[in-house]
Amino acid sequence: MTYHWNFQTVFDNWWALAVGLQGTLRLFVVCFVLGMSFGLVVALGRRSPNRVLSWASTAFVEFFRNTPVLVQILWFYFALPILVPVEISPFTAAIMGISLNSAAYSAEIYRGGIQSIEPGQWEAARAIGMTGLQTLRRIVLPQAIRRIVPALTNRGIEIFKMSTLASVVAYVELLQQGKLIASLNFNPLEVYTVIAALFLIILYPMVRLTYAFERHLQRSD
Amino acid sequence: MPRPVLKLSGLKKSFGENEVFSEVDLEVMAGDRIAILGASGSGKSTLLRCINVLETPDDGVIEIGDITLSGLQNLAKDHSERDLCALRQRVGMVFQQFNLFPHMTIIGNVAEGLVTVRGLGKADAEKRAMAELEKVGLGDKAKTYPSRLSGGQKQRVAIARALAMEPEILLFDEPTSALDPNLVGEVLSVIEQLASEGRTMLLVTHEIGFAYHVANRIVFLADNGIYETGTPDELLKNPKRPLTQQFLSDHQRFQF
Repeated sequence: MTYHWNFQTVFDNWWALAVGLQGTLRLFVVCFVLGMSFGLVVALGRRSPNRVLSWASTAFVEFFRNTPVLVQILWFYFALPILVPVEISPFTAAIMGISLNSAAYSAEIYRGGIQSIEPGQWEAARAIGMTGLQTLRRIVLPQAIRRIVPALTNRGIEIFKMSTLASVVAYVELLQQGKLIASLNFNPLEVYTVIAALFLIILYPMVRLTYAFERHLQRSD
Repeated sequence: MPRPVLKLSGLKKSFGENEVFSEVDLEVMAGDRIAILGASGSGKSTLLRCINVLETPDDGVIEIGDITLSGLQNLAKDHSERDLCALRQRVGMVFQQFNLFPHMTIIGNVAEGLVTVRGLGKADAEKRAMAELEKVGLGDKAKTYPSRLSGGQKQRVAIARALAMEPEILLFDEPTSALDPNLVGEVLSVIEQLASEGRTMLLVTHEIGFAYHVANRIVFLADNGIYETGTPDELLKNPKRPLTQQFLSDHQRFQF
């Protein structure tokens, strides 16, 4: 039995994929920014001498790290509006699920990065009169982030691919549009092949860019 | 009677059950060059680190100029971070392991405190930083990164970084112990030059010969505190108490 690949029916719907891609990129950018920045806040919270703050941050990490993102998105979409009287759009539900999950993971990456900085760096900064916050901003984080760029890149890739989970609440992104095309044209093989290829084509150059960024950061070594 | 630059009264520090020192009293006058000697574990570094509160003393009073920190067991409650930062700005510290900021250029390292702590503009800060770098003989390395320097050069940059803040007192914590023997001299020369300018300094060192030539007072730590103190001639040539004598004779065993 031979299968006749026919990509024409996919390409005829390129505009639907373009709309989907737009949705994917939008979700990625929002979740990346929120996840990475909130992750840093949580990481600092875990290091806080304030017991309540560090406990809450730890609880946050463990909760969101140990529950599936897919379930989180579904929960935010279907269950949250019942608990609090707000309407949650598919976009918002996807943002909440993916961002919070990414924040939990990136918090651990930041924490590891910060812990890897020698105590002597903190001491040298304190010895010239810097406050804890100044030390963090000027001395510790710039070095820590340098060390964790590869791990954060991994998170970024992961976030980009997690965007497909938003299709479960019918958010318009690449996979959602692909499903639509496939159901109308009965061409799932071609559609999902094209979508996989699109992810690869977009992600690979982005990853190459981060390699260049890593080399740029290492110029002081 | 002039006021001391630094006064420690009843300083006490333990790590858990292990008491490092119980009652340290020390007055440092302007221009004093005090070498702190003692066996390893006698609390030399800890004493130095208590002065700028990198280590929190359990009790006692630290006075530097018009700043007084007391009742140190309640450091977090009694003294805000602002107080500690104000004190630390008046005390320069040079570490055994240099602790340069590896992600900044040499001049960036020296200018950092001026920019971030003092709020100087970048141009002004770098101008002053450059002057300090030239003083330690490293003006030509301003734009390179610490990883390109030898240990001796790194330590000279660390000294310039401390000097840039115009501290009233300099603390040297074994500044040559991490260096190859052939690099010790260049760092000691810089310290000697600072001493000859009349700067006030406390120096923890194992270089007893250097201490003899540069210090005007030697403090010997043993037995949970200051065990013996005196001029270099008194303490190094005619030590009076047994542990001091023991320490010095151990040191002289392999001299030739």
